This record gives sequence, C-alpha cells and structure tokens, in this order.
Amino acid sequence: MVRINGEDKDLAGKNLLEYLQETGFDPERVVVERNLEIIPKERLSDVTINDEDEIEVLMFVGGG
Amino acid sequence: MSKICESMKELISKEELDKAFDSRFPKEMQKKLRGAKVAVAGLGGLGSNIAAMLARSGIGKLLLVDFDTVDVTNLNRQMYFIEHLGKPKTEALTELLYRINPYIEYEALCVKVTPDNVSELFKDYPIVCEAFDRPDQKAMLVREVLMKCPHTTVVSGNGMAGYADTNEIKTMKMMRRLYVCGDQKTDVGNGIGLIAPRVAVCAAHQANKVLQLIMQND
Repeated sequence: MVRINGEDKDLAGKNLLEYLQETGFDPERVVVERNLEIIPKERLSDVTINDEDEIEVLMFVGGG
Repeated sequence: MSKICESMKELISKEELDKAFDSRFPKEMQKKLRGAKVAVAGLGGLGSNIAAMLARSGIGKLLLVDFDTVDVTNLNRQMYFIEHLGKPKTEALTELLYRINPYIEYEALCVKVTPDNVSELFKDYPIVCEAFDRPDQKAMLVREVLMKCPHTTVVSGNGMAGYADTNEIKTMKMMRRLYVCGDQKTDVGNGIGLIAPRVAVCAAHQANKVLQLIMQND
C-alpha cells in the first residue's frame, strides 16, 4: 500500500507522473514530496511509486 | 526613499515606538520579534498585506521581493494607494512601511524569482512567505525553497479568490517545512476574481503563522 495525502492506495509500480495526470494534478502546479524528499518537476516522469512510499501532493490554484 | 524614512524618524523616536508595544504581552515577545527576519516573495494581494502586518508587529528585518509595478487594478486588495500607481512595488511598499515603522530594516529587491536565484535570495531567511499569484510560480517557489534552503520554512497562500465564507480559509502543515494557508481550492477565473476581504484573511493567516513560528523558536 502507498500512503498519498493520508490515504492508503494500491499504487505500487505506478509511474508518478502518470498517476498525477490521471488524478487531475497539473505537473506545473504541484509540489510532490516522497519519503520526505521533494521531487523536482523534471523528474516526476522518472519516478516509479514503490510499496510503502509516503507521498504528499500539494496542488496550487491561482490568486495572490 | 530615505527622505521618507528620515522624516518619519523625526516624527517619532525609536524609544517611543518601542514603548508602544502592547505591554499585556510577555516582555520577551517584542525582543524575539525584533530579532526575527522574514522574506516576502511577491508583493501583491497577499505579500503587501503580509508585509504591513509584520511591520506593525515589529519584525526586525523584512526582505521584499517583486519585479512588478503598482497598477490601478491592484487597489481593490493590495496595500497600495493612488499615489503609488506606476511605481515599482518594492519602492511603493517600502515607502508605505516606513510610515508604519521606520526603524525596521527593509531590503527590497525588484527582481523576478527563478529556480536559479532562489537559493541566493532566501537561504539565509528562516521564514519565507510565498505570495505569488500564478499557480506555476507558487509551485516553483515552494519546490525550490524546500529543495535548496534546508533551514527555511515556507508559509504559502493557496486559494483565496471570491467572497465565499472565509471560514473555509485554514492553515495546515504539510511536508517537512511548509505551511499552506487558504481554502486550497478556489481558483481565479470562471466568474471568480480577487477582492479585498478574503485575500486579507489569507494574508493574515500567513502573517499569524509567521508570528507563531518566531515565538516558538528558542
């Protein structure tokens, strides 16, 4: 199981960028931390989600 | 610029301003705030309001970063006045802040923040307020500061458009050194713009979190 924003999901083996896009997260507007490390935007497509990963995804909206 | 600073100093001494700190607070609080330094990235609806509140609170040093100029469309939510129209925000805001407290150290940089200069700009600041307006720029700043500035906590604004209940604006902790203030969802566009009250509520969440972080620091 993979913990994403506090919820357990069955995502081991999934490509991180694909997961984000399928879930409606725009890679230009997100900050992703996996196991306490921030993933650079250019590297999102390189990452395969592993079992027991702890992932936090923050998506920004406009305004400020 | 320093003319305004000097003329404000002639109107009130440092001692008089210091004595005015609310004495109901514990004595050490004023000292801690005065010893603090905070960076504000973006001086628009969030940033100009955050900076004004932190200046009023007596923060010792403020770094103010924005490449933009004051526009008439800013007046509906940003701290600026008509006399500031057309001026760089760094200049206009510093002028304004001198009128609140001329004894605070203000460093204003009229530059665009990019991944290449984030580290140089912010690595020496324990707290950076993210106050940009474009979502890709907001994500860029938070990503880059969290990756490159290991001693910096980011206090970010996310979702403050429109005039829906301000009860939906909250502060939450995320990741290791990040606080996000806002409703996390209300985007601009589709009939929803930015207007003073809700923007100010989000800015106040950010400024208050800054005070908490400073006061909890030993």
